[in-house]
Amino acid sequence: MKIVFTTKGEIWESPMDPRFARAEMFLVYDEEADKLTIIDNSATESMEHGVGGQSSKKMITAGANVVITGNGAGEKALKILKTTGIEFYTGAGEMSVKEAYEAYKQNRLQKQF
Amino acid sequence: MKITIASGKGGTGKTTVSSNLTSYLASLKKQIVLVDLDVEEPNSALFLNTKLVHSKVSNKMIPQWDATDCTLCGRCEEVCNFNAILQLPEEIRVFPELCHSCYACSELCPTSSLPMVPTQIGIINEYKNELFSMVEGRLDLGQEMAIPLIAQTIEYADEKFPDYMKIYDAPPGTSCPVIEASRYSDFVILITEATPFGLNDLTLAVETMKVLNQKVGVIINRYGIGDDGVEKYCQAENIPIITKIQNDKEVAKLYSNGELIYDKIEHFKNSLDEIIAFIGGLK
Repeated sequence: MKIVFTTKGEIWESPMDPRFARAEMFLVYDEEADKLTIIDNSATESMEHGVGGQSSKKMITAGANVVITGNGAGEKALKILKTTGIEFYTGAGEMSVKEAYEAYKQNRLQKQF
Repeated sequence: MKITIASGKGGTGKTTVSSNLTSYLASLKKQIVLVDLDVEEPNSALFLNTKLVHSKVSNKMIPQWDATDCTLCGRCEEVCNFNAILQLPEEIRVFPELCHSCYACSELCPTSSLPMVPTQIGIINEYKNELFSMVEGRLDLGQEMAIPLIAQTIEYADEKFPDYMKIYDAPPGTSCPVIEASRYSDFVILITEATPFGLNDLTLAVETMKVLNQKVGVIINRYGIGDDGVEKYCQAENIPIITKIQNDKEVAKLYSNGELIYDKIEHFKNSLDEIIAFIGGLK
């Protein structure tokens, strides 16, 4: 299972970024390999439009099964991701990555789709 | 002659001045058309007792994916400057609302899998009252791209009323829609109010018009509130102050009732006279 977190840092203690498409970075946790990898997302900062699509593509390319974020996916991201089988969980925007993972495991996050 | 009525800040009186100015000039037998280019929120027609005489669908061209020969090479996404195309593992996804109709994806696709097709973005309405005609662009809900509709609305008015004077009621702000509504005019009138907010946004608007090489003049609305910052700025920048419209609750009341003002309030009419004199001196 690959779980993607929207974050403001590269480690488990980092704060989550409540935004999905414009998150500073994505942290991918591969549960089987017990390994964290980083997907840079800084380019979205200078993009005016269309980040929803670009970030959604990153989720698909990364092979994500679950995405954990704060506010959830926007309209354009929804259009793409809803058909992929990727699950979206929201409400983790104010947590650390570690807390967000625990909250997900304990079913304390809202499922967007 | 084409005159754009614009402002940095919203709610400073663009529609009040453009609808009243057009009505007043028409009552003086001037051949004139009001063109409402605030396509995200056109409201000039509310004040003018007009009847709809013609409606036209406004389209823009967008690419439509044809899967038949597509190899998913991703060239289309690569050449799109606006993130309107996404190459996914099994399909090409187009976001019509982000598309600028530049044709790059369509032209550069090696398998011609992205033919361009028209899609509706809004409508252009032509109205008429006993004195004059007006044209407005009205963007459909959910559409993000105002520019093509603004351009088509200007074009419609030019074709329908080739020799008429045109007053363009511009959208607020300083972004692309304002630029589109200002670039083809002979002169741009910026309406502001004498407050720090008004001055800040006026400065942005003046800078924008400088880039467009547009000549500008300023109308200070709700004169009497705020401070003298705007006047000092205009003096320093050598920008003519065309008129100062007095702050008056009665004007706001009439506006809120959807009524014209110049035929009921003398000082407002005097301000319009100053605008007309100024415009007359431009030729």
